[in-house]
Amino acid sequence: MGCVESMNYEILLRDASFKESRDYIRSNFKESVDVQPGFKIFDVYVIGLPPIAIGLDGDFVIFPYTKPCHGTFLLRVEDREEAARLRLLKK
Amino acid sequence: MQTSIAFYLISRLKKAGITPVVAGNKAANTLLVGSDPDRHYLGEVIDLDRAVGLITEKKRDFDRCFVFIHNDAGVSYAATMGAISGAKLYALVYGEHFDEQVKKIDFPCTVIAAKAVHNPLPLRKAIDEVAPWAA
Repeated sequence: MGCVESMNYEILLRDASFKESRDYIRSNFKESVDVQPGFKIFDVYVIGLPPIAIGLDGDFVIFPYTKPCHGTFLLRVEDREEAARLRLLKK
Repeated sequence: MQTSIAFYLISRLKKAGITPVVAGNKAANTLLVGSDPDRHYLGEVIDLDRAVGLITEKKRDFDRCFVFIHNDAGVSYAATMGAISGAKLYALVYGEHFDEQVKKIDFPCTVIAAKAVHNPLPLRKAIDEVAPWAA
């Protein structure tokens, strides 16, 4: 997942559980979309227990990024095209 | 611990005529490859995220999948494999707080769990009781 390291991301949660990550998105963002494990965001295959919540905040995408030894990080990345693509899933 | 059990499982699977493929992150794969430089046990070894991609894109799949779990991320990976793969799923749960991880598993799989921290024998015994190579 080389792309994540090169992104201009903000870490909202660090070493979280998948449940904490899901709850954070649902309680802090008005807009979200549920996806299945393996769904691709940027070049990342999202890992987790279904359904996996992805937050949307304007042009920002908020998504869980799981590393085997470190748990789940909740990342916030600005990308207008990716946010628009995800919004289409809601329709 | 994990490396020891991985080699044991690989050995049993191979004896049963099953070809194991290992998927791990860089650290886990390095431990395995470094412990078996002549590849007496190991066959194909691939990056975990690449494996998730290949299975998601339907380019590969497996008959059985064993996921090592000692933390929350392990449960997430097991759930992911359950969702994307047609493999029969086994969750190998170990560590000091193995019971906490077991409680999080609410998806279809065979749970093999033991409080194995440094000594792999309790988990090995639990695996033997299930004998997944015979399933």
